[in-house]
Amino acid sequence: MNPVNYLYLAALLFTIGATGVLVRRNAIVVFMCIELMLNACNLSLIAFSRMHGNLDGQIIAFFTMVVAAAEVVVGLAIIVSLFRTRHSASVDDARLMKL
Amino acid sequence: MIALLIAAPLLGAAVLLCGGRRLDRAGHWIGTALAALSFVLGAVLFAGLLGRGAEDRTLVQHLYSWIPVEGFQADVAFRLDQLSITFVLLITGVGSLIHVYSIGYMEHDERRRRFFGYLNLFLAAMLILVLADNYLLLYLGWEGVGLASYLLIGFWQHKPSAATAAKKAFLVNRVGDMGLSIAIMLMFTTFGTFAFTPVLDGVGKTGEGTLTAIALMLLLAACGKSAQVPLQSWLGDAMEGPTPVSALIHAATMVTAGVYLIVRSGAIFNAAPDAQLVVTIVGAVTLLFGAIVGCAKDDIKKALAGSTMSQIGYMVLAAGLGPIGYAFAIMHLVTHGFFKAGLFLGAGSVMHGMNDEVDMRKYGGLRTYMPVTFVTFGLGYLAIIGFPGLSGFFSKDLIIEAAFAKGGTQGWILGGVALLGAGITAFYMTRVMLMTFFGEERWRNLPAASPDQPDVEPAADHGGGVPHPHESPKVMTVPMIVLAFGSVFAGAFFGIGERFVHWLEPVTSFAHGHPPVAAWVVTVATVTVMVLGVGLAWAQYGRRPVPAVAPRGSLLTRAARRDLYQDDFNHVVLVRGGEHLTRSLVYVDHTLVDGVVNGTAAGVGGLSARMRRLQNGFARSYAVSMFGGTALLVAATLLMRAV
Repeated sequence: MNPVNYLYLAALLFTIGATGVLVRRNAIVVFMCIELMLNACNLSLIAFSRMHGNLDGQIIAFFTMVVAAAEVVVGLAIIVSLFRTRHSASVDDARLMKL
Repeated sequence: MIALLIAAPLLGAAVLLCGGRRLDRAGHWIGTALAALSFVLGAVLFAGLLGRGAEDRTLVQHLYSWIPVEGFQADVAFRLDQLSITFVLLITGVGSLIHVYSIGYMEHDERRRRFFGYLNLFLAAMLILVLADNYLLLYLGWEGVGLASYLLIGFWQHKPSAATAAKKAFLVNRVGDMGLSIAIMLMFTTFGTFAFTPVLDGVGKTGEGTLTAIALMLLLAACGKSAQVPLQSWLGDAMEGPTPVSALIHAATMVTAGVYLIVRSGAIFNAAPDAQLVVTIVGAVTLLFGAIVGCAKDDIKKALAGSTMSQIGYMVLAAGLGPIGYAFAIMHLVTHGFFKAGLFLGAGSVMHGMNDEVDMRKYGGLRTYMPVTFVTFGLGYLAIIGFPGLSGFFSKDLIIEAAFAKGGTQGWILGGVALLGAGITAFYMTRVMLMTFFGEERWRNLPAASPDQPDVEPAADHGGGVPHPHESPKVMTVPMIVLAFGSVFAGAFFGIGERFVHWLEPVTSFAHGHPPVAAWVVTVATVTVMVLGVGLAWAQYGRRPVPAVAPRGSLLTRAARRDLYQDDFNHVVLVRGGEHLTRSLVYVDHTLVDGVVNGTAAGVGGLSARMRRLQNGFARSYAVSMFGGTALLVAATLLMRAV
C-alpha cells in the first residue's frame, strides 16, 4: 500500500483535531482533540520513517508518546482543579489572564 | 619690585575680606596704609626709571608661567614703561587719596571694612591691567576691575536701585569684555602669541583686514569699559555707588582703561586706518552725547557722570588720531583724573553736609557754609572748563588742535565737534557750580523729608528736615585740597615744553600735528567758546533764580534727562528683542522638539493600546493565532522552496 495514503490520513486527523480545539468549549474535548493532533503527527512520523527506510521517525514517535503521557497527567490535573474552583469545564470561562 | 606693587593692595583685599569682624576697627587703616605703600613703591620705581636713558626705560619682570603649554605660552609677566608708570602713579596716588577720604565718608557705615577690602581689590586689579605684559594678563585685570566695580556700585545692595545699577554695569561691560576676548583670540590665531612686543612688532607682516577686525574688537572692549556710545548707558546708573567709588573708579581710573587699551595697542590701530576713523567717530559722538546729558541732569553726580563720559570721549577721539594724539589722550586722562576725582569728592562732601541730597535744585548758596569744598570744587571746575593756565586748558586745547590737524574735511568736523564740546562743557559745569554754591538757599524752605523715605546712606546724621550744611572733616577735605593742587598745576607741569609728550614718546610714538590754522587761533577759539558757554549758563542759572522743581523743559532737555533715550532704545531693541527671541525659541522648542518626542511616545502608546485588544483571555483565540501563524510560516517555507 502506498505510504502516502497514511500521510493523507494523518493530515485528515490533524485537521479534525485542530478544528476541534478551535470550535469546542469543553476542556476535556479540547484536550482529546489535542491528543488527536499529537497522534496524527505520530502517524505521519512513522509513515515518513517507512518511506525513508530509517528508524528516526519511529524513535521520535516514542518520545512524543512519552511527552503526551506526561502532558495528559498535568493537563487533566489542571482541568480537575479548574472544575473544582469554577464548577465549569469551559475553556471560555477561564479568561482571567487578560488586560 | 613690580610684583610687590600689586601684591600690597591684593594682600589688603585678602586680609580685609577674609579677616572677619575682628578687623572692623582697624580695617580702614590697613587698607589705606597698603594703598599708600603701593604708591610709595610706584614712586620709587618712577625715580628708578628717571635715572635711566629715555630708550632704556622698559623693565619686564617675568614672575612665572601661568599656562605653560606647548604652543600656548601664558606668562605672568609685568612690564613697566613710561606709559604704565604714568598709570601706576595716577591709580595709586588718586587711589590713596580716595582711601583717606573714604575714612571720613564711610565713617558711619558698619560695612566699612568690606568697602576698603573692595577698594584694595580694585587697586590690585587695575594695577594688573596696566602692568601686564601680555593681553591675557591684561584681560585678567580687565575682568578684575569689572568685578570690583560691580561690587562697589552695588555696595548699598539693600537699595534696589543700587543692586540694579550694579547688575546693569556688569552686563553692559560683558558686551565689551566679549570684544576683548575675541580680539585676544584673533591675536593668538594671527600672531601665535599675545605678549605685547611680538604682537605689536608683528603688525607689519599682517593683512589690514585682520588688523581692522582686531582693532574694532579692541574698540568694542574700550567702549564697554570706558562708557562710550553705544555702551555708555551703565555709567549714569553707576552713580548709585558711594561717592568715593564714583570718584576713583567711574571718573579717574577704571573708565580710562579703554583709552589705555587703545594707546597700548597703538601699533595695531596705526595699521588699520578704518578702525581709527571709527575710534574718532565714537569719541566725537560720545563727547557730545555726554555733554548734552550732563546739561540736563539735576542729580549732581549724574551731571558729573555725563561730564566724565564726555571727557573720555575727548581721550578716545585723541587716541583715534594716531601718533599725533596718543600722548595728548594720556595727558588729558591724567589731568582729568585729578580734576574729576576732585569734583566728585567735592560733590560727596556737599552730599555729606546736605543729608545725602543729590538734587542740585535743592542746593544753592552753599559757598559760605562749605568754604573748603567750594574752593576745591571751584578749582576743579576751572580746570575742567579749560580756564587758561589750569590743567584742563593745556590738555584739552592740545586735543582740539590735534583733531583739527587730522586734516581734510574729517579734521574740520572732528575739530569742530571738539570745540563745540568744550563750549557745552563750560555750560554744564557752570550750571552745576551756580546751582550748588550760588543763588538763593533753596534748601531752607524744603518740605520735611517724609518718614517712610529710607535712610539711604548711613552717613546721614540728621533725620531729614531742613539740612544744616557744614564743612566736612579734615580727613575728607585734605584729599580734596591735594587733588585741587593737581588740577591747577598738573597741566602746566606736563604741557609746558612738551615734557609729558617727550616722556611718553618712546612708547606711544609721537608726531607733530599741523592744524590748518595756527595753533594760537585754535586756543583763542577754545577760550572764546568756553566764555560763551559760561555766559550762557550764567544768563540761565545765575541771573534768574533756579526753580526748586524742574520745569518741563524743551524737547531736547527732556530727551537729555532720559539719557537721550538710550535706555529706552536698549529696552525696545535689546530687551524686547531678546524676549521675542527667547519666546520664539521656546515656541519652537515646545512645538517642534517636544512635538517630535511626544508624538513618537503617543504613537507607540496608541499602537500598543490597539495591540492589547488581541490579548482577550480566550485560549481558543490564541490557538487561532497560533494556527494562523504556523500556516503562514509553512506557506512561506513552501513558497521559498518553490522559488
